[in-house]
Amino acid sequence: MTAQTVDTPTATAGAAIELRQVSRWYGNVVAVNDVTMRIGPGVTGLLGPNGAGKSTLLHMMAGFLAPSGGVVTLNDRPIWRNHDIYRLIGLVPEREAVYGFLTGRQFVLSSARLHRLPDPQEAARRALATVEMEDAADRRIETYSKGMRQRVKVAAAMVHDPQVLLLDEPFNGMDPRQRMHLMDLVRAMGAAGKTILFSSHILEEVERVAEQIEVLVAGRHAASGDFREIRRRMTDRPHLFRVKSSDDRRLAAALIADASSGSVSVSAGGLEIQAVDFRRFTWLLPRVARDAGVHVYQVAPSDEDLESVFSYLINRSS
Amino acid sequence: MNPVVAGISYRAVLGRRRVWLLILLPLVLIGLSALLLAFGSADERSAVLLMEKFAIGTMLPLLGLIVGTGVIAPEIDDGTIIHLLSKPISRPVIAQTKFLVAASLLILFAAVPTFVAAYLLVSGESGIAFGFAVGSLAGGVAYAALFLLLGVFTKHAVAIGLVYALIWESVVGGFVPGARDFSIQQWAQSIADQISVSSYQTSTVALGFAIPALIIVTLGAVVWSGQRLRSFSLTGDE
Repeated sequence: MTAQTVDTPTATAGAAIELRQVSRWYGNVVAVNDVTMRIGPGVTGLLGPNGAGKSTLLHMMAGFLAPSGGVVTLNDRPIWRNHDIYRLIGLVPEREAVYGFLTGRQFVLSSARLHRLPDPQEAARRALATVEMEDAADRRIETYSKGMRQRVKVAAAMVHDPQVLLLDEPFNGMDPRQRMHLMDLVRAMGAAGKTILFSSHILEEVERVAEQIEVLVAGRHAASGDFREIRRRMTDRPHLFRVKSSDDRRLAAALIADASSGSVSVSAGGLEIQAVDFRRFTWLLPRVARDAGVHVYQVAPSDEDLESVFSYLINRSS
Repeated sequence: MNPVVAGISYRAVLGRRRVWLLILLPLVLIGLSALLLAFGSADERSAVLLMEKFAIGTMLPLLGLIVGTGVIAPEIDDGTIIHLLSKPISRPVIAQTKFLVAASLLILFAAVPTFVAAYLLVSGESGIAFGFAVGSLAGGVAYAALFLLLGVFTKHAVAIGLVYALIWESVVGGFVPGARDFSIQQWAQSIADQISVSSYQTSTVALGFAIPALIIVTLGAVVWSGQRLRSFSLTGDE
């Protein structure tokens, strides 16, 4: 194949994906509901529980799904049915989507050639080095672990140095070291001015990499902002605790006197306390128990799962 | 045609187990010819019968199905097609490349063995070998396009293709004369019949219908496959 020189994607600085009132439904089921957001340079995390519509939204940004309503553009150009857009986009899909019969090098090289890069061999070598896959590059992909497959997919997606990198649940299946490495890589690319969006259902993952977080719950854009802001909103929400102690009634009476305990109920299984001020309550509980001479056996948050955190966010946003 | 897409497609089809099916059917055809030759039945009548019933009647549609769907359906099933579609290449070019890969494989595994098997039996007599090889080539090209289209459209391409080839073309076509007009197999037979001068050969579909039909089906299916790929959607696991 003859390599051809084409306009390099790096010619466009500060690429931005814009979604304007985007919806997507399947029959009667609404997967994404009236979402408007702008993904600019830097790292953005698309956070939401499983089934929230993250993949649907990401597929629309990647040109693999037509919005049922609204518009998705990259630098003001429509993404759907526009193959030229892939000069600017690198996509790492969630599904394995790799040809097992190719070696890692052949896979990345095929990507470089499909992009008609001037020196595909060198571009493939560089991309493989970036994801630390040089040693295994000449093995067939079918012999790779899940994490290695993930890294080779990342190498193939970034071989043309795209302005935009879209990653669907990229850290799934990676061991901690690989995860750290990919996180560093994503952060570095974001710092270099690339527009990077990755989806995840794990808050800590998003928090460690993304500067900007977009939260999606049940297809709706529930929250948007800097991760500290999102974290604060998540922490400041009312928390529900179950407490077991040596004297539940006495502890309940002592707690109810403080404003941080919104409501306290006593049942056979212990106390159920709705804490309206998380920080004050967690500071207060051991002190109140000590002063009342009550032994606390167990303190368990009963709504710490992401679903309830997200539900809180969406209720708050509406 | 994109050489990278072609290279990956060839490796995908020839590197999997289906390559043995691609080899097995032509081997059976040539083996049957060799048997007829060994038992002294290598005459024009048996050559025409073998070519009509097995080479074009059975082997060609089955190979067409294996190759036509094989160049794209497994990639759509396992998601690897995203690797090709997320590149700045026109989707119709990807469809055209996949079609050319399938058609070339059918020439290699169907048309060439058809010629070899017929030539073994009757050499160049009455233009039988050449006629069936050209018929097989034309039919193979149309099957490649049609089954590629099926592979792009539905996850059940193989099942639907089998129903078309075995039930519509073979069973319904055997009893309902009108059904033969809509059979790639019959169009291929018409071309073979036109080239060969053997009196044992009879075709039911006029050449004036068969040739335009082959061209329309082939071009239509390739163009439609390209358009369909332009709107290829990932429906996600959510």
